[in-house]
Amino acid sequence: MATVPPSYLEYLIYVDPERCVGCRSCEIACAVEHSSSKELFQAVFEDPTPRPRTKVVPAAGVYVPMRCMHCDPAPCVEACPTGAMHRTEEGFVVSDLDRCIGCRTCLLACPFGHPTYDFRRKVVKCDHCVDRFRVGLPPACVEACPTGALRYGRAEEILDREKVRRAAEMVLGLAEAAVVYARPTERAPRSPLASLREMYGTVRWSE
Amino acid sequence: MTASVEKEKPGSERVYERLMRAARREFYESVSIDPTVPQLLEKAEMDGAETAWHRYLAQQPQCGFGLLGVCCRNCNMGPCRIDPFGYGPQKGVCGATADTIVARNLMRMLAAGAAAHSDHARDIVEVFKGIPEGWAKDYGIKDPDKLRGVAQALGLEVEGRELNDIAKEVAEVMEWEFGKPGEEPLKLVEAYAPKKRKDIWRKVGIMPRAIDREVTEIMHRTHMGVDADPLTLIAQGLRCALADGWSGSMMATLLSDVMFGTPKPIRSVANLGVLREDAVNILVHGHNPVLSMKIAEVAGDPELVQMARELGAEGGINVVGMCCTGNEILVRLGVPVAGNLLQQELAIATGALEAVIVDYQCIMPAIVDVASCYHTKVITTEPKAHIPGAIHVEFDKANATETAKKIVRIAVENFKNRNPERVLIPKEKSELVAGFSVEAILEALGGSLEPLADALKAGKIKGIVGIVGCVNPKVKHDHSHVTLTKELIKRDVLIVGTGCWGIAMGKHGLLLPEAADLAGPGLREICKALGIPPALHMGSCVDCSRMLIALAALADHLGVDISDLPAAGSAPEWMSEKAVSIGSYFVASGLLVHLGTVPPVLGSKKVVEILTDKAEDLVGGKFFVEPDPAKAAEVIMAHIAEKRRALGWPE
Repeated sequence: MATVPPSYLEYLIYVDPERCVGCRSCEIACAVEHSSSKELFQAVFEDPTPRPRTKVVPAAGVYVPMRCMHCDPAPCVEACPTGAMHRTEEGFVVSDLDRCIGCRTCLLACPFGHPTYDFRRKVVKCDHCVDRFRVGLPPACVEACPTGALRYGRAEEILDREKVRRAAEMVLGLAEAAVVYARPTERAPRSPLASLREMYGTVRWSE
Repeated sequence: MTASVEKEKPGSERVYERLMRAARREFYESVSIDPTVPQLLEKAEMDGAETAWHRYLAQQPQCGFGLLGVCCRNCNMGPCRIDPFGYGPQKGVCGATADTIVARNLMRMLAAGAAAHSDHARDIVEVFKGIPEGWAKDYGIKDPDKLRGVAQALGLEVEGRELNDIAKEVAEVMEWEFGKPGEEPLKLVEAYAPKKRKDIWRKVGIMPRAIDREVTEIMHRTHMGVDADPLTLIAQGLRCALADGWSGSMMATLLSDVMFGTPKPIRSVANLGVLREDAVNILVHGHNPVLSMKIAEVAGDPELVQMARELGAEGGINVVGMCCTGNEILVRLGVPVAGNLLQQELAIATGALEAVIVDYQCIMPAIVDVASCYHTKVITTEPKAHIPGAIHVEFDKANATETAKKIVRIAVENFKNRNPERVLIPKEKSELVAGFSVEAILEALGGSLEPLADALKAGKIKGIVGIVGCVNPKVKHDHSHVTLTKELIKRDVLIVGTGCWGIAMGKHGLLLPEAADLAGPGLREICKALGIPPALHMGSCVDCSRMLIALAALADHLGVDISDLPAAGSAPEWMSEKAVSIGSYFVASGLLVHLGTVPPVLGSKKVVEILTDKAEDLVGGKFFVEPDPAKAAEVIMAHIAEKRRALGWPE
């Protein structure tokens, strides 16, 4: 019996914008991972220069590392007329540059604005570091994240940990009051970055 | 608008374009309160030029480690960063904590700022010394009284001596300030700082010894494995800042006054409307008056003016200033000032500039990119400040007039390349009065500080606030400067200031005696009686040293320490490392200092605590951070009220 490859469904990248400091280490790690050398000091000299697929954007007062959600069913896969956008056996949504005709239909279909139209007139996107996944490594962006804003592991374990953490916060009254769990006392201590953003409230002109 | 849209087919290109432009207009109008900015931002975009505001947006998000100051690149075991949320590493490879890293980074900023101011001073001393030595033949001593005054303050013999003789000795004392060995305090600090202050600095152990030494010591202490204690690091920072404020910057001001004249109240105009369609427009930008004064002088040369006319520039040659070198020639010659830091690219985007002549500091390298969209030539002049894409004509101080003419000639010849169809000069410009040196203020007061002291005691003037520095795309351009100044004069606080603040004030009409109508009743009465504006423009950013001299004189007159005065400093829109040094020498001189943009220190509670609290126990001054200018005004007023109470003056 052939071994069944591990399914992406068992694994999860947990994105926690409250912990993101906007350092963009994930962007650099992503570009390096998708370079031909996979080494930072060589990748910067490569032509074409490797480009990151993940992007950190400021939104609603926090920073959000935006990556592919690897939807199922994936609108980009359904919209792709050539089958370039397809699913790997593990379940990751990836783009096959040889079959891509650069029509950009997937860009319109993606609910998260993820795929990027490349200078080669092809669409590139997050492949969940499928090569790393196959050898049991976490995605490059997660590995590079210095604050744990991106976390990776078995879905169940991560979510269980989150349940415990959130339950503790609620019970201790540190988080926003949840109806049944706890009496509201005070809010969780603010992150220094959130306070920094708040300070500029009245004089800031941009997001 | 609606009617005309309806006439066009929905989805047509014109409707789309108009909608896009409307969306862009919101951006143009959001970034500044200066009416010239939206017009020229739009033009710049249409012409394919990019500005600091565009690049600021492209930089978002800016790295949180940098914003909080917890990234260390001081050795090659790193780079290291401390997780501000506490989940990740709390120490660098060497074991440096967030407290150490934040303090070290801030002190390096301060050292760079002090180095910039003081190296500017070194260049001035060099040319000043060239006068008695004879090689700086195109420069002279414009204010001999000031020279004698400086010599006397330094304890030098004045009676019966030739001016050149005195100048030579003054130059030698000042040159020695940079690198003199030994523990003796700086000569200018000894000469100009009040005794009470010096006693405090000695007691705390931050008496500055030599300018270069204090900068070097910061670089040493912040090297891997040296000083790890945020308190001693910051103390050394204060010592370095004092070396800048009371010696480096101060000698730049003193000697510029001696060579080019001590500023007196002078009328002029500000904002991009000072550019002229009928003239060769030359923008001088940077900091050192050794260059800008010469350019302004030779622009009146009949031969060059004739040449400009022959090329079709009926109005001849129009020299205008920008940033602090603009302030240097504004306060001495009344040369119009085109704008402050964030307008340097917009000035080029008018399409009406023949040349931007620069020396150093605050010159965005991007101006060559903007200039490449037009006919404008960017001319660098300093051996230590080259920009790829600019023309470099080294400014030979031994042949200053000749070199200045050569540079201006490049601008004049470029007039023929101007494309009138691409010119948009905004109409906006405002009248102003600038040039309030300490001497000029004393003269306005009738020769003595008595009237000012009386007005303060009586509560007609509640206090004095010095506002300085920069504009910064992190906050709405000019908004904090204008709002804070208006809020304070409304509450009878006299404002003195320098740098890009001064230009912002000029553009918004606050440097006119008529602006006294916006002041509270007490300040209004004094301003009307003396015929002065409620906000006094003292000069460039190195001229913050004028504020130190004024405050020292006032404190001495009242028999108190500077820290007892109902006074404060503020840098509402600061961005440069020089501002870190200025703010710190104000604090070390005993003042409360407001910062309107947040310094990269929030990653360390300890550093924040030292800067905003403990510093007061040591030196009588401290920082507070408040981006909202109206709230900042409240904090400053509370501080002034407290100081007035302590002096037994009515609140």
